[in-house]
Amino acid sequence: MRVAIIGAGPTGFYAADHLLNHLEVVVEVDMFDRLPTPYGLVRLGVAPDHQKIKFVTNAFDKVAASSRFRFYGGVDFGKDVTLADLRAHYHQIVYCTGAQTDRRMGIPGEDLSGSHPATEFVAWYNGHPDYRDCAFDLSQESVAVVGVGNVAVDVVRILCRTPEELATTDIADYALEALRKSRVKEVYLLGRRGPAQAAFTNPEVKELGELADADITAIPQEIELDPLSRAAVERSQDRATLKKVEILRQYARRAPTGKSRRLVLRFLVSPVELIVDDAGRVAAMRLVRNELYATSTGALQPRATDRFEELPVGLVFRSVGYRGVPLPGVPFNESWGVILNDKGRVLDPATKQPVVGEYTAGWIKRGPTGVIGTNKPDAAETVECMFEDLARGAVLEPARPDAAAAEALVRQRQPSYVSYADWLKLNAIEVARGRAQGRPRVKLTSVEEMLAALGR
Amino acid sequence: MNIANILARKGSMAVTVLPEQSIREALALLALHNIGALVAVQGEHPVGILSERDIVREAARNEGFLARTVADLMTRNVITGQPHDDLLTVAHTMTERRIRHLPVVDQDRLIGMVSIGDVVKAQRDHYQGEVDTLQTQLLAGEGGLAH
Repeated sequence: MRVAIIGAGPTGFYAADHLLNHLEVVVEVDMFDRLPTPYGLVRLGVAPDHQKIKFVTNAFDKVAASSRFRFYGGVDFGKDVTLADLRAHYHQIVYCTGAQTDRRMGIPGEDLSGSHPATEFVAWYNGHPDYRDCAFDLSQESVAVVGVGNVAVDVVRILCRTPEELATTDIADYALEALRKSRVKEVYLLGRRGPAQAAFTNPEVKELGELADADITAIPQEIELDPLSRAAVERSQDRATLKKVEILRQYARRAPTGKSRRLVLRFLVSPVELIVDDAGRVAAMRLVRNELYATSTGALQPRATDRFEELPVGLVFRSVGYRGVPLPGVPFNESWGVILNDKGRVLDPATKQPVVGEYTAGWIKRGPTGVIGTNKPDAAETVECMFEDLARGAVLEPARPDAAAAEALVRQRQPSYVSYADWLKLNAIEVARGRAQGRPRVKLTSVEEMLAALGR
Repeated sequence: MNIANILARKGSMAVTVLPEQSIREALALLALHNIGALVAVQGEHPVGILSERDIVREAARNEGFLARTVADLMTRNVITGQPHDDLLTVAHTMTERRIRHLPVVDQDRLIGMVSIGDVVKAQRDHYQGEVDTLQTQLLAGEGGLAH
């Protein structure tokens, strides 16, 4: 059986792994990505100072080493190859394209100059070819990051790191240079709920307290648990949450030690408006204080009060959630921002019955949640459906189901595609460039640069 | 992880029934969809939940149970979830209050249903994913030292 996987992120590799290792069915996998490089957010999302997390790519390389696996990098689904093309060459197609866009805050001033999606900043410092030319005004002294998920925490950490700390990572060279000149002094991390509901993990929050040249602080009144949160924590006796609150209490008690930057953790506040200056830029953020209420399941949600405050900030990053982007010709579920699916089987919107031969896995299937490894059981569920359908004979009937025909098609549509062997060459070049500087790698950050390095 | 993440990968909406429908009709729906509970609705607003348990209990004491109505047997005062409710709290509430099916509403409108099985599976996958990620990092760290 021949399968096309769209998207070379962790989920794509987990799906490929499950498919290639089936004991009875011999599967061939062709993996497509619109970028020349594989690994998706492991390369372009995971923070450069978290290299250990990136070790997971070793497992992906093992999957790619299979003789039944091919990588077509730099091939855009919907543009270079269409759904009709794939249906003519594969028995099954799996979409693993992730959650590529950020949710909006929906407040006045959101689009002012100086207000950005956090993901743009992340893609920029990680050397994403589409974002290398972004510019962020790091001459501002005060920055607010809205949200307390892992992206928000990454952003504040990178903003607070010293050039020396960053210089040992694989952060994009241009970003390192820009951050070297950063004049940022105050960084605010803003959570709409309380400390007990914050999405960040304990290792993440501990790391924020150990930055070389940034003092961390929090506001004691915002760290003290409200009665509802206290009751919830006592009822569940969830040790991780108890520990988290204890760490935050310590931060609130810490005296400044004279470091050049200050990181302020704020809770129970939501931005309601970005205030403009004479030059049309962000000058401040108007915040409303929240209180918590319990929904009927006991989950605690924020509710605005009538108390407001103004926070003078010149740069704003929003990280309030992500959603998937519809793929051309693939049914989409607008409510959840995912491909319309049942356990990974793509559904016809009219009949709610499975579309033969089309599947989905990962964030574009369930929404952006969990750690990298969460996509492994998720991909396994989808692959199980794929083999069930194969056993029932419910697969596509491609006219040209062979590897050579697929390769000829790709070569014709996108002659400068990048194979896995090509990627391994690029990888070796990046690692060699890094070795000279004592860094894990120095990334190639434009498609032209990559193709030139491959002698094209 | 929250309720929305479960609903996102469930193709089907909650299966609904009207309070005035008969238990006979309700049973046919349960069998047809191979599920354990129906949401009784008025318009899009949930007014009760009818589980297989409710029917079994009635069947044990009244052989004419098939002719009764959903309204007769359903549980009113339904506990409902909202898309942003976190799974840890939802799992806790469902286990403590012995709820197997949780209708999900958005601004009072029924938008889906999650079962305790859905919640347990989502949590298992979540923990399994964390363990896997940690293991990969540990193993890779060791490999790194060996070089």
